[in-house]
Amino acid sequence: MNIWIAIGLTAVGCYAVKFIGLLIPAGLLERPLVQRLAALLPVALLAALTAQQTFADGRVLVLDAKAAGLAAAAVALVLRAPFLLVVAAAVLVTAGVRAMTG
Amino acid sequence: MTSAGSGLTLLQTCALSLLVFTGASQFALVGALAGGGNPFTAAAGAFFLGVRNAFYGLRLSQLLALPRAVRPFAAQWVIDETTAVALAQPTRRSVRIGFTVTGLTLYVLWNLTTLLGALGADAIGDTDAWGLDAAGPAVFLALLAPMLRTTMERVVAGLAVVLGLGLLPVLPAGVPVLVAALAAPAVLWAEGRRRTRTGPDEDDDTVGEGR
Repeated sequence: MNIWIAIGLTAVGCYAVKFIGLLIPAGLLERPLVQRLAALLPVALLAALTAQQTFADGRVLVLDAKAAGLAAAAVALVLRAPFLLVVAAAVLVTAGVRAMTG
Repeated sequence: MTSAGSGLTLLQTCALSLLVFTGASQFALVGALAGGGNPFTAAAGAFFLGVRNAFYGLRLSQLLALPRAVRPFAAQWVIDETTAVALAQPTRRSVRIGFTVTGLTLYVLWNLTTLLGALGADAIGDTDAWGLDAAGPAVFLALLAPMLRTTMERVVAGLAVVLGLGLLPVLPAGVPVLVAALAAPAVLWAEGRRRTRTGPDEDDDTVGEGR
């Protein structure tokens, strides 16, 4: 039941913000500060989430095979690999390191 | 997808893709629930990730110039990919076509792959053994990488990583990410102060690097 509550809240909230964007007058967006903040917020959120999903297990910080997987993804990105290859590199390296370290 | 491995049923997984339809929020919600977060903080984290879609909508409403009656339906498709495609179009007609085609295609594919992924996850069993738990952060990293063009964006990302990891053991699940988001206004504020001290001439960042 808790999961349905979370899904419901997220669905309503996420739809509302999508819709609000279409309704707000354009004048607000033309302020440079709002534009820069809008560009930087996803950067902060994605960076924090990436780090947490890689180096955290629940609320405990860990260093495991996922770190190697993410490093592989980073290398693939530097080499300008396509999106799916980046994800595949992370998955394969993580699985490989896990298989070796048992 | 990853949600089937974290205690969500098939129906819940598919409802998430149909109703929420913004990948980062879905991953965040599932991750927070799997990490034992309560539904309200989990939903809050997912909600704040979805907030950027409001800023996309601001830009898209100017470009699409949709009639009021259509807006509630178009809203569900206001996401990273449709915005990226729409912003790249030269005329209003092609903006509308680009938005609609991208939105429809992604909506169908995203929900199909969610269904197949949820069915497949049961067959695969332990997703961790296959390294699939690394797919989530790799997707985020791939979305993040093109945004890290200027020093300022890199500083924001670095600060957010430090905040997100450093506060994880001391704050409830979902809250550290929200605090990490404050890296954006904090760096903007510090940058503003630096500029007023050194004068506006050292304006080396490109302004308005919105996506």
